[in-house]
Amino acid sequence: MSEKELARKSVEYRRKILKYIYQAKAGHTGGSLSCIDILNVLYNHVLNVDSADFSSPDRDRYIQSKGHTVEALYVVLASKGFFPESDLETLCTYQSHYIGHPTRKVRGVEQNTGALGHGLSLSVGTAIAGKLDKKDYRVFTLLGDGELPEGSNWEAALSAAHYKLDNLCAIIDKNSLQISGATSDVCNTDPVDAKFEAFGWAVRHVDGHDFEQLKAAFDAIPFEKGKPSLVIAHTIKGKGVSYMESQLKWHHGVPSEEQYSDALQELGVAEESLA
Amino acid sequence: MEATIENIALKHQANLEVFSQTLQTLAEHDRDIIVVTSDSRGSGKLVPFGQKFPDQIVEVGIAEQNLVGVSAGLASAGKKVFAVSPACFLTARALEQIKNDVAYSDNPVKLIGISAGVSYGALGSTHHSLHDFAVLRTINNLLIVAPADNFETEQAIRLAAEADFPVYLRFGKKVMELLSEDEKTFEFGKGRIVREGADLTIIATGETVAPALQAAEKLEKESGLSATVVSMHTIKPLDYNLLDEIALSGKPILTVEEHSIYGGLGEACASYLLQAGHRNAFKIIAIPDEYTVTGSQQEIFTHYGISEAGIAATAHKLCQG
Ligand SMILES: Cc1ncc(C[n+]2csc(CCOP(=O)(O)OP(=O)(O)O)c2C)c(N)n1
Ligand SMILES: [Mg+2]
Repeated sequence: MSEKELARKSVEYRRKILKYIYQAKAGHTGGSLSCIDILNVLYNHVLNVDSADFSSPDRDRYIQSKGHTVEALYVVLASKGFFPESDLETLCTYQSHYIGHPTRKVRGVEQNTGALGHGLSLSVGTAIAGKLDKKDYRVFTLLGDGELPEGSNWEAALSAAHYKLDNLCAIIDKNSLQISGATSDVCNTDPVDAKFEAFGWAVRHVDGHDFEQLKAAFDAIPFEKGKPSLVIAHTIKGKGVSYMESQLKWHHGVPSEEQYSDALQELGVAEESLA
Repeated sequence: MEATIENIALKHQANLEVFSQTLQTLAEHDRDIIVVTSDSRGSGKLVPFGQKFPDQIVEVGIAEQNLVGVSAGLASAGKKVFAVSPACFLTARALEQIKNDVAYSDNPVKLIGISAGVSYGALGSTHHSLHDFAVLRTINNLLIVAPADNFETEQAIRLAAEADFPVYLRFGKKVMELLSEDEKTFEFGKGRIVREGADLTIIATGETVAPALQAAEKLEKESGLSATVVSMHTIKPLDYNLLDEIALSGKPILTVEEHSIYGGLGEACASYLLQAGHRNAFKIIAIPDEYTVTGSQQEIFTHYGISEAGIAATAHKLCQG
């Protein structure tokens, strides 16, 4: 997919993320909008996954460690044909399988996440299995920047390097915010690149909203043979809706009717500029 | 361990709000009170606490194991520590720190499990804590308390602040009505009778006491059955004396909790009653051992019969034998 096509897709995804969060009156808006361009490139350019053959043992795996931004994952999975998009009308309603975090009851979801700090270990295990079975699949996992203080991430980072998992790629959605404030104020993890490099990873920085940079980075993995790859994606929480951008309250803020219509209008303008 | 009620405005609000206000009142006169959070000050209603007492809040980021370990260290140095995090993560992720660093090492940390049970509703099982009573009951040297209303909350926090032993306090998110307007005393380990009746006893805890009380009113009106209702705020140590008194009436006993049917209030009561030789008709209302249905807390309650109608129906059936 060309960069322009990807850009158009992202507008459509953003619109849907907002639609379902608005309808459900719940969801993690800011972090879904910060990671959607990354998911877009993964599912439309990188991952070897096919909704018609999802159980293939050779498929690439995507494990979303920052499970709370499940709306981004749901709209992408729906657009890839894993389930009818109309299912999302039931998001977070009584007896729905579409809950506020990824669950395997939803087709296309690899692991049940939502408690932070699990995705990297799950990915390491899946990647070790790939090596043992001499399979070519790769494992991708998306972490939040606020999620990094969970100790399990660093335990998994050690294992990944120890097992030379160059079939593993972790992505940090570095939007610089979490619930209570700026990540640098809550628990500073910078310089995160130097930390992972010291742990034996190969690291690259990208603008997480730049399709060319995202494609180039993913096309280049493994960055180094015998090392796990880390993509630090610099993003903007709430990206695409100006009044949400980098605003703490949109972590799990739900737009009012007026805010929703303003957001749609802004996305409409963005779409026109891509025509 | 008795406390008398002080003049705090017990409006009808979420217990967690009362927790935060009480802690602020105490912190004004006590520099040793320290709150420890894991990106949880917002959900813990502690933003005003952090603003007023910036030197009395320690933030560790999203790292619950570290939260509990750090809290134990602070407590060992004489601080009165409240470690605040969602109950699901606090009591699962940091269980070993609770067991070893807090309970076993006797560091008197006050563990505050917020948004407990199914308060997080449709966020799903990662965010529910239906295991906390069960796992924590098996750990020696840990008091387990689930306050039902604003009064119990305020009293429990005051007692906890001064307690020289570890305490786990479990809170939901819902606005809670006062169960009784004229209550004057609260003690850890002593169940609170909030309604007197003659035909059966409903023993509930935390946010399920309110629907239990409503069910008792409904039973009286519709079936002429009068129920005693107990807020069994302390799950451990359980109030055996009160259980004996209740059982001696020979009437049926129904327990209600926002927890797995396994290992919680119901099984704790059943175990004591059976071993003490009581043979009352007995039934546990709790969340069954299955993939929990999706919904809001209220929808999940209704689905599993933890509601005015559900509790009343089960009680009615139990009384018919
Ligand atoms: C183990 C665990 N602790 C706490 C939470 C509650 N929580 C959900 S999202 C969040 C903030 C996440 O921040 P970040 O990782 O930066 O995500 P993003 O900014 O991408 O939304 C927190 C504390 C959780 N889901 N899991
Ligand atoms: Mg973030």
